[in-house]
Formats: sequence, structure tokens, C-alpha cells
Amino acid sequence: MTTTPAKGAAAHTAAALALGDDALVLSHRLGEWAGHAPVLEEELALANIALDLLGQARVLLSMVGDEDELAYLREERAFRNLQLVEQPNGDFAHTIARQLYFSAHQYLLYGELASGDGPFAPLAGKAVKETAYHRDHAEQWTLRLGDGTDESRARMQRAVDALWRHTGEMFQPVEGLDVDWPGLEAAWLERIGEVLRRATLTVPEGPRTGAWAAGAGRQGLHTESFGRMLAEMQHLHRSHPGATW
Amino acid sequence: MVTTLTPLEAELLELAGSVPDPELPVLTLRELGVVRAVHAHGTDAVEVELTPTYTGCPAVEAMSLDIERVLREHGVREVTVRRVLAPAWSTDDITDEGRRKLREFGIAPPRARTASGPVGVELGPTRTRATRPGDEPLPVRCPHCGSAETELLSRFSSTACKALRRCLACREPFDHFKEL
Repeated sequence: MTTTPAKGAAAHTAAALALGDDALVLSHRLGEWAGHAPVLEEELALANIALDLLGQARVLLSMVGDEDELAYLREERAFRNLQLVEQPNGDFAHTIARQLYFSAHQYLLYGELASGDGPFAPLAGKAVKETAYHRDHAEQWTLRLGDGTDESRARMQRAVDALWRHTGEMFQPVEGLDVDWPGLEAAWLERIGEVLRRATLTVPEGPRTGAWAAGAGRQGLHTESFGRMLAEMQHLHRSHPGATW
Repeated sequence: MVTTLTPLEAELLELAGSVPDPELPVLTLRELGVVRAVHAHGTDAVEVELTPTYTGCPAVEAMSLDIERVLREHGVREVTVRRVLAPAWSTDDITDEGRRKLREFGIAPPRARTASGPVGVELGPTRTRATRPGDEPLPVRCPHCGSAETELLSRFSSTACKALRRCLACREPFDHFKEL
């Protein structure tokens, strides 16, 4: 690749923020389940997945700046995460659908980055092993809810339908990541299709990006609930700069 | 990995490796396989390479502080603990002695991984039983009664590195250090 050092550095920063913000924001959303999960095992599972993602975010953000400043002092428009990961938890089925879509994507993406020799290979090689468990967790729940009672099936279908429109954004190329995006998308569609069919669910058919611009998180455009999430995530640090315990 | 250690580095590596794990104090960091290397620059400044079990493992900070304290007590003036990610830590890095101690502590040790690369976690049965070698993946045995008939309750337990299982023979729940 022929890039000037300055352009290469900018691309590296953009890529680290994209991956790091995905992990940070989803980690925070999953953390919101603490104390509210339907059973104790899920309380632990969601918190553990959140912890894995937070660890990934810390490594990625530290590659390009001060992790606390980046997490707590950026404005909404400076975040580069996918709109998918910022979507509210909704009911448990919505959280599982978000996990299903994102973990399948992250597993494939990290797998590809791990096999390369780019700057993200060490982190990706480490994180892909954790993501394998996240994906497994989401797939097992998708099967259980989809192929479950009428109520659980209806809720799981509603959730996969509702979040479908946010999934196209995962395959928009990110500057600084040397990835076969169309190949990634094809593998993702195959995996998700297989899981949904086994769960007796219908694979959504609606558009995966839209004229109404679902999927511009990488450009800093976010959905309404993200501002409220950031306010909660950042207020302690902003109110008490430098506080520790 | 073949590296030449000076006698001082070998001694310091032994010391750093003797630090107990903050969450599983029955294990030392050497038995857990997380201390990768020690580089001594002269006799005063030492750098220790530490790898996390999981990227977000909160115990890494306590491990670093413990290593620093132990080496300082040994007279090293300047200790730097550097976190390294590659090659990624695997449960295969836990020593045989470490596995034995885990079992005694009531935690089923990880099974040996068969291939490199990501763990093949796939949808499948959550129960295990004793089978002929080669038929199926090795069962996870109950650390209390040794039965191979156990079932998965949750992929995630008290820490990220453990899964929660239950023995179908003695009915005791137990932690399983899951393969990574």
C-alpha cells in the first residue's frame, strides 16, 4: 500500500476509533443489564461479555490516545461506533439479536485481522477467542427463544426484524483496515441465515441500510438514544475530573 | 522460544513467576503461564513481560503491582511490567502442576485444545459423558467426584475465564476453567 505517513496515521486512528468505539459502546449497553437480567446466569454472562469488550476498547483506544479522555470527554459526533451497538437494550430478545448480529460480525472481522500482519493483529488474535464465546452465547439464546414458546418466538422475530436495518453498516469499508468486506458480508449473511432458520425464525428481508441513513455511525451520525447513553456514561468523569477510587 | 537468560534474569523470572494469582491464589503466575519474559538492563532496571488471560482481565493490574513489589523487595530499583498480547495466551499455557491444583481447588481444569487458532465453540450438546478416545471431545469431569457426566449451566461464571457446570452424578455445581 502506498500512503504517506500522515495519511497512514490518520487511517490508523480512524480504524482504532471505529473498533474501539464499537467495543466501548456495546460494553456500556450490556453493563446496563447489571441488576436487571432475567436470571443470575445471564447477569454474569452479560457482565462478562461487557468486560471482554471493555478490555478490547481499552487496548484499542490506548493505541491512539488517552483512553479516559477518548471515552469520557468526546462529544457524540466524535464517536465512530456502528449505530447497531448503541441501540437500546429493549427486551431480552432485542439484546440477544444485537449480540447475534454484532458478535458474528466481530468474530469474522477479528479473524481476518488476526491472520494479517497489521497493527491490530495482536489484539484481534487475542479477542477473537473471546468473541467465539460471545457468538456462541447469542446463537444459543436465539435458538432457545426462536424455537421456544409462541411468546418468545414472536419477541425474537420482532427483535431480529427491528435491528436488521442497522446491519448493513457493519460492512462499509473502514479506512485503515485491510479487509475483504464483500467476503465478510457474504460469510456473515450465511451464518446468520443458518442460525435464524434453525431457530425457526424468518430471515428479515428489509433493507439493511436506508435512504433515511441508518448506518452513518462511522461518520459520527448517531441515533437519538445514543446522546442519553453518553450523558450517563460520561457525567461522573465530567462532574468530578480526575476522580479515582 | 529459545532465549538466553542471564543468571540474574533466570532468578528474577523465578521470583516473578512465584507470585500467586490474585483471583486464584492456589496458582502461581508461572503455573498460569502469564509471565512471558524478564529483561534485565544492568542490575537496577528490569522489564517483565506479562500477558493477560482475557483482554479485559481486571487481575492484570494487581499482578503487575505484586510483581513490582516482589522484585523491589529483592533489591531491583526500577521494575517495569509490560503487557504483551501476542502470541495470545491459551489455556494450554497452564502447567500440569497448575491443572492439578485447580482440580484440588474444586475447579475443573481446561481440556487440552486440539488445534491452533480460535476455539471451535459451536452449537452442540451441553452435556458430556465418558466416551472412547477419539469419539467425541473429552468430557469435562466433576472436580469433586470425578464423574464425566456433567452439564453446562452457563458459558460465563464468576470470572470471564470460567464456565458454570453441574455434575449429574453428585449434583454439585462447579466452575470449569474454559478452554481459550
